[in-house]
Amino acid sequence: MLRPATVMRLGHHMADTATHEAHVTSTGLSNVKLGMWLFLGSECLLFGGLISTYMLYRGRVSNGPTPEQIYDIPFTSVSSFVLLMSSLTMVLAVAAAHKKDDRGTNLWLTVTALLGATFVGGQVYEFTAFYNEGLGFTTSLFGSSFYTLTGFHGVHVTVGIIMLIALVAINKRSRVPGSKSETVEMIGLYWHFVDIVWIIIFTLVYLIPV
Amino acid sequence: MAIIERPAPGTTVPALTPAAPAITPSRTYGALRRPVATTGWKSWLFTVDHKKLGLMYGATALFFFIVGGLEAVLIRLQLAAPDGKVLNADLYNQMFTMHATTMVFLFVMPMAAGFANYFVPLQIGARDVAFPRINAFGFWCLLAGGIVVNLAWFLGGAADGGWFMYAPNSGPVFSPSKGVDFWTLGLQIAGIASLTGAINLIVTVLNMRAPGMTLMKMPVFTWMITVVQFLLLFAVPVITVALFLLTFQRSFGAQFFDVAAGADPLLWQHLFWIFGHPEVYILILPSFGIISEVLPVFSRKPLFGYPFVVFSGAAIGFVGWGVWAHHMFASGLGPVSVAVFSLATMAIAVPTGVKIINWTLTMWGGKLVFTTAMKFAIGLVVLFTIGGLSGVTHSVAPSDTQQTDTYYIVAHFHYVLFGGAIFGIFSGFYYWWPKMFGKMLNERLGSWNFWLMVIGMNMTFGPMHILGLQGQPRRMYVWTEARAGEGFFNLGFWNLIASIGSLILTVGIGLFLINIVVTARSKVRAPLDPWNARSLEWMTSNPPKEHNFDSIPHVHHLDEFFHRKYEEDPTTHTMREVASAEDVLAELERNADKHIHMPSPSYWPLVLACGMPFVALGIIYSIPVAIAGGLIMLYALYGWALEPATAPESDFDAPSSNGHAVGASHG
Amino acid sequence: MTTDTTHNTAPSHGTDHAVEHGMSTRGYINIALILAAITALEVSTYYVDFGPLFLPSLLIMMVVKFFMVVSYFMHLKFDNKLFSWLFYAGLFLAVGVYVAALATFHFFLR
Ligand code: HEM
Ligand SMILES: [Cu+2]
Repeated sequence: MLRPATVMRLGHHMADTATHEAHVTSTGLSNVKLGMWLFLGSECLLFGGLISTYMLYRGRVSNGPTPEQIYDIPFTSVSSFVLLMSSLTMVLAVAAAHKKDDRGTNLWLTVTALLGATFVGGQVYEFTAFYNEGLGFTTSLFGSSFYTLTGFHGVHVTVGIIMLIALVAINKRSRVPGSKSETVEMIGLYWHFVDIVWIIIFTLVYLIPV
Repeated sequence: MAIIERPAPGTTVPALTPAAPAITPSRTYGALRRPVATTGWKSWLFTVDHKKLGLMYGATALFFFIVGGLEAVLIRLQLAAPDGKVLNADLYNQMFTMHATTMVFLFVMPMAAGFANYFVPLQIGARDVAFPRINAFGFWCLLAGGIVVNLAWFLGGAADGGWFMYAPNSGPVFSPSKGVDFWTLGLQIAGIASLTGAINLIVTVLNMRAPGMTLMKMPVFTWMITVVQFLLLFAVPVITVALFLLTFQRSFGAQFFDVAAGADPLLWQHLFWIFGHPEVYILILPSFGIISEVLPVFSRKPLFGYPFVVFSGAAIGFVGWGVWAHHMFASGLGPVSVAVFSLATMAIAVPTGVKIINWTLTMWGGKLVFTTAMKFAIGLVVLFTIGGLSGVTHSVAPSDTQQTDTYYIVAHFHYVLFGGAIFGIFSGFYYWWPKMFGKMLNERLGSWNFWLMVIGMNMTFGPMHILGLQGQPRRMYVWTEARAGEGFFNLGFWNLIASIGSLILTVGIGLFLINIVVTARSKVRAPLDPWNARSLEWMTSNPPKEHNFDSIPHVHHLDEFFHRKYEEDPTTHTMREVASAEDVLAELERNADKHIHMPSPSYWPLVLACGMPFVALGIIYSIPVAIAGGLIMLYALYGWALEPATAPESDFDAPSSNGHAVGASHG
Repeated sequence: MTTDTTHNTAPSHGTDHAVEHGMSTRGYINIALILAAITALEVSTYYVDFGPLFLPSLLIMMVVKFFMVVSYFMHLKFDNKLFSWLFYAGLFLAVGVYVAALATFHFFLR
């Protein structure tokens, strides 16, 4: 007796095989998506540690400036808003990808990347301004922990931007519409995660004074 | 060869008829051509096969076991007599730091990762892990990390702050050599292996089980590995934060642990032990899993209370998150914190006790077969219980304040680590060797190996209880006759015994290495099912074919393999054999899947991991090197992103026409 | 993984589960508008004195925003519960251990 016999090993790669994955796994869920959520769960402990370090040290300013003296709340509010809206454009990219609308996908991905870049640009500006006002990385515990926390977040956003741009490039070359839809979804999850981390940072770091 | 549908260079291409559709052995998009070797060293360097990677993890771990063991022997030689002259104070500090680091991060963890890689897919009836390339990447990260940590020996001295590297002692003022920098960055790289491995194995276990293999039909080893992967998933990022903070302080002048600037050194302790306590379960649970496989097989009985063993394992994993501050009882946490963490620690002994009871009841009334694997498993139960009991004495905070930083602690964690984790690993060696290599380790040598290790281990670590209670501090590079005390409690006597014990231990482990060589040279092949085993990994050839199973088994029972061999006799209600292992295998082969695609080898995991040591060295010595390393990694990511994990259809050898040929041989 | 699988190279399967997390573009925009409104309210605490409500209201708004993004933009509300379990395990563990650690520094008493 021969069983129906073709087994194709799928889904070892973030990008290409994942879409048909859902049909062969024990849970019916895609490997990459499970992996991504596990990764994000793990990231919670990473950012948790950095945020806790900042919370513990934010009042310890040595001879340097205090948070109240240097934070520019209106400016940061705007850049926070930009990042928040990039989540909307990201979700629209995912929706377009599921509809196999590659043009729409690429458009929204590009807009998301631009919004992200605006945010990172704002952060660079902010860092420079703080530095000029006397808050260096080595000035005080506040300085060290502030730059470490927001810097880690900034690196995450930058990685996200690179992924978005790469995805647009790959998408443009692909001949099958919607073939990258799961990758779009995965990068979307990552992007939203980076956004929710900023939601927390914005409140705990900027809005709540020491 | 044939068979696995994977392009092989040279062999396949000329064989093509011109009429056949062009088979490009390795059409890649952008960077390098896909590696295709199925034999020779290239087949190892670029492999993504979980079994090969498992063996590579194992070999690396074994190498570091020898390194860490030699470091331990040097420590014991230094302490054998008063005013030891073998090591100076500075070298001694490096020695115990690197001994512990090596044993924990470069031996026990990777060895468990090796067993997990090899056996979890087999035990759940899968053909590989969920992300084979990430799996390969993890292994290379581990190796790179291990090399970076140890490189410091040759570049001005290794890390010397103790394995938990407390601040501010680890800062640039107290530890001016580059050792700690190598340590933080090396462990950071090794941590990537743990994190990616965790994600990979969890997804594998959740998603790639054979039909019918529900979670509660999974072998206990797979269960314990799963719990461990969750612990790694959530604990590794915590140490990542701690290591980054320390790197930033040492390399870029951040102030995180600079007490003069107002820092709180306890921050490091918290971050370290939030990771560190789950870490001790990361070390022990794989061994618990191993002996939960070994004990039933050699008791000829199913595991007693399978659900209890599974749930107590999960419970240990869960409660293990709430006890970390018991490592900080003496640090001035305050009475409330101490009381809370003390109680939580006592509670954790309960699920551990449940396991010990289950193992004992598994053996109870069984037809015990005292193979070497079984001896090590029983050794674990006994020795771990001793270590667990001294552990409970630390959970009582007032008594712990007396014990902290004495040899009593050293005694405790060596009973749980050596008597627990390492005995379990050795049990696994003897049990699974025929599966991995097709040959049985010599049982006579094994018996000597076991007894010398038991005697050596008790002689080495037993006296440390006395030494510690007499007040000998840990991490002191000399002791003097003047303070050694008299009579039964004389420090000199017990230190000497401990040192002699460590040499016996060395001989015992040496016998294991000899056993490996003897076995490798022997011509005797292992029988298909040497132990009359119970779980799916034995339902394959020895060693398994590249694709593991000719056809994926449908699972109906816990201990599926056993239930295919045995059935209950309706009249006598005893189990009688209905099929031999060979029959079971032949049945799988008859139904062989004709068309099996295995993931294809790749350069990128190796290249990506190769960039990392450069980044680390660059951070320590000069930033341009780090940038070069980063560029290597970017290049690798680019190649990786454009390369499909499984080579496209046209890349493959033509399918073999008959099922029997599938996987007839492999490199 | 099962044996009775398709031999599938064409990536055409991705669609049938695409529609299932039901949110329209309109819905997403509404969520974004709510998020924007909450953010505006958050920022207003900087200009207007909220008195004793200051801290609790900021924390509540933060949590609401967080879970709105997670539930709707990241689809956790519509997706398989396993994803929620895995993510929330990490999230709540992080909150638990770090709050406990900060508590040992008497952080919340200051
Ligand atoms: C019954 C279970 C256990 C209990 C109640 C327990 C309790 C403790 C306590 C309270 C300490 C802190 C002592 C101090 O430094 O003041 C400690 C230390 C330690 N334990 Fe355990 N433990 C248990 C199991 C384990 C296991 C399974 C392992 C590893 C396989 C382990 C490895 C260690 C290590 C390495 C240390 C040394 C920490 C140091 O360097 O100070 N323990 N244990
Ligand atoms: Cu502990």
